[in-house]
Amino acid sequence: MTTEATSRPALPAPAPAVNPETKEYWDATAQGRLLLKRCLDCGSVIWYPRAFCPDCASLRTEWFEASGRGRIYSYTVNHRGEGAYREAAPFVLAYVELDEGPRIMTNIAEADEADLAVGLPVEVVFHDTGEGTALPRFRPAATRDGPAS
Amino acid sequence: MSIRGKAHIAGAYEHPDRKIPDKSVPQVHAEVALGALADAGLTMGDVDAYFCSGDAPGFGPLSMADYLGLNRLRYMDSTETGGSSYLVHVGHAAAAIAEGKCRVALITLAGLPRSQRPQRASAAQLAPEAAFEQPFGPTTVSMYALAARRHMHEYGTTSAQLAAIKVAASQHAQYNPNAMLPNPVTVDEVLDSPMISDPLHRLDCCVISDGGGALVVVAPEVARDLTRQTVKVLGHGESPKLAANGHIDLTYTGAVWSGPRAFEEAGVTQADIDYASIYDSFTITVLQTIEDLGFCEKGKGGAFVADGSLLAPYGRLPFNTDGGGLCNNHPVNRGGMTKVIEAVRQLRGEANAPVQVPDCEIALAHGNGGSLGTRSGAATLVLGREDA
Repeated sequence: MTTEATSRPALPAPAPAVNPETKEYWDATAQGRLLLKRCLDCGSVIWYPRAFCPDCASLRTEWFEASGRGRIYSYTVNHRGEGAYREAAPFVLAYVELDEGPRIMTNIAEADEADLAVGLPVEVVFHDTGEGTALPRFRPAATRDGPAS
Repeated sequence: MSIRGKAHIAGAYEHPDRKIPDKSVPQVHAEVALGALADAGLTMGDVDAYFCSGDAPGFGPLSMADYLGLNRLRYMDSTETGGSSYLVHVGHAAAAIAEGKCRVALITLAGLPRSQRPQRASAAQLAPEAAFEQPFGPTTVSMYALAARRHMHEYGTTSAQLAAIKVAASQHAQYNPNAMLPNPVTVDEVLDSPMISDPLHRLDCCVISDGGGALVVVAPEVARDLTRQTVKVLGHGESPKLAANGHIDLTYTGAVWSGPRAFEEAGVTQADIDYASIYDSFTITVLQTIEDLGFCEKGKGGAFVADGSLLAPYGRLPFNTDGGGLCNNHPVNRGGMTKVIEAVRQLRGEANAPVQVPDCEIALAHGNGGSLGTRSGAATLVLGREDA
């Protein structure tokens, strides 16, 4: 987990819609912390965050803080952004597989296109939306072994 | 209960236009409905079941049923699985007919994405996953690009192999006078086209077109009284493919489930398929689907498509002989309707002559709606010639 404060993004950072089920997650992003949900009955890590376990149909879940580390599962350099991203292209959309297991949709920041690879170790950074939340994005990890699948 | 042979597709109609600046969406629904009913030799007054999806304006099936004057309905279904909806509808219509719930089912698709500003997808923005995906700027192409990249990583699939799919579609499209992109292209032309979302080039993507299509599915006793050759519904399978609690796998589609269900119900195997309409929103969609339907070993789709297997009429698996979404038409960004229509043409022997598969007896149509990059809905139909 990176400990630095949220930073100004080079990418647009559109604010997510927050509801009571997800407020704790988004509040934590503003503090530079990545939370995940875990099922109290079967132990599954839940993604996307919800107050329900899709693996065992339990309503008993808890938040825990994730490591903020993972590896790129897949990525694309998108040359045609839409909406808030219309002027942002090219930018990198990716799935990162967190060390805790879930594959989450995100962007890769602070990376040269040539350095990207499936399996590349990455770490979370938070980009302020200006509305009390921050988007968890990932950058190549500072210290870690090279790509693996 | 099996639906095998218990319902027939009696009418199929594809709107001939690809840009329609002077009509409304309901109007185009009406035109394709009339086209399919005329093809079947039936009228609006015969329709007792109506099927539509998210492209139909208004409140579920009610607004369009009202517009069309369908006041004898006793069965309605507005299942929305994106572009595969219309294959799902055929399966549901066949089941309802087999159960005696209705006799004449009308399915319509229409829209004007080239002529009208795209509408905001408010339903998608309200989805529970939206806050965890939409802020990162996913576009349709980039989601499929993620799937393509992972398939390349795991199986060594190449951009040139994906391009071979577009090349085959373009070979077929040259015989379709209505095709948006009727000119054959080469692998190099695909690879030299602008990169939209790496590794997908512009020519890996389907067209965007106005238009639509409709189908009429009827009970066997109705089919018997029609002069037009009908097509039997032999098997249907459908399945969602979900993001699976953070364990999404981008290398396969819901065809791994919908395909076997359809084959089993139809009592046929891959070797029996004379022609296949394969959903082709992007080249990677085709590649993954033919693997998942079992036409080749998983991961070997690249080699399969690169040696001309998809070319009609004599390839191992002649596909998308109208040019498909890649070259002909992908009305309202939903390619499932046209997939069924071209399969009906093949089984009636009415495909464009140079790409008509000789003695085409059994055809498959497959749709995949939603996004391969997140959640998608797969549907497979096995269809047979009237004497099959």
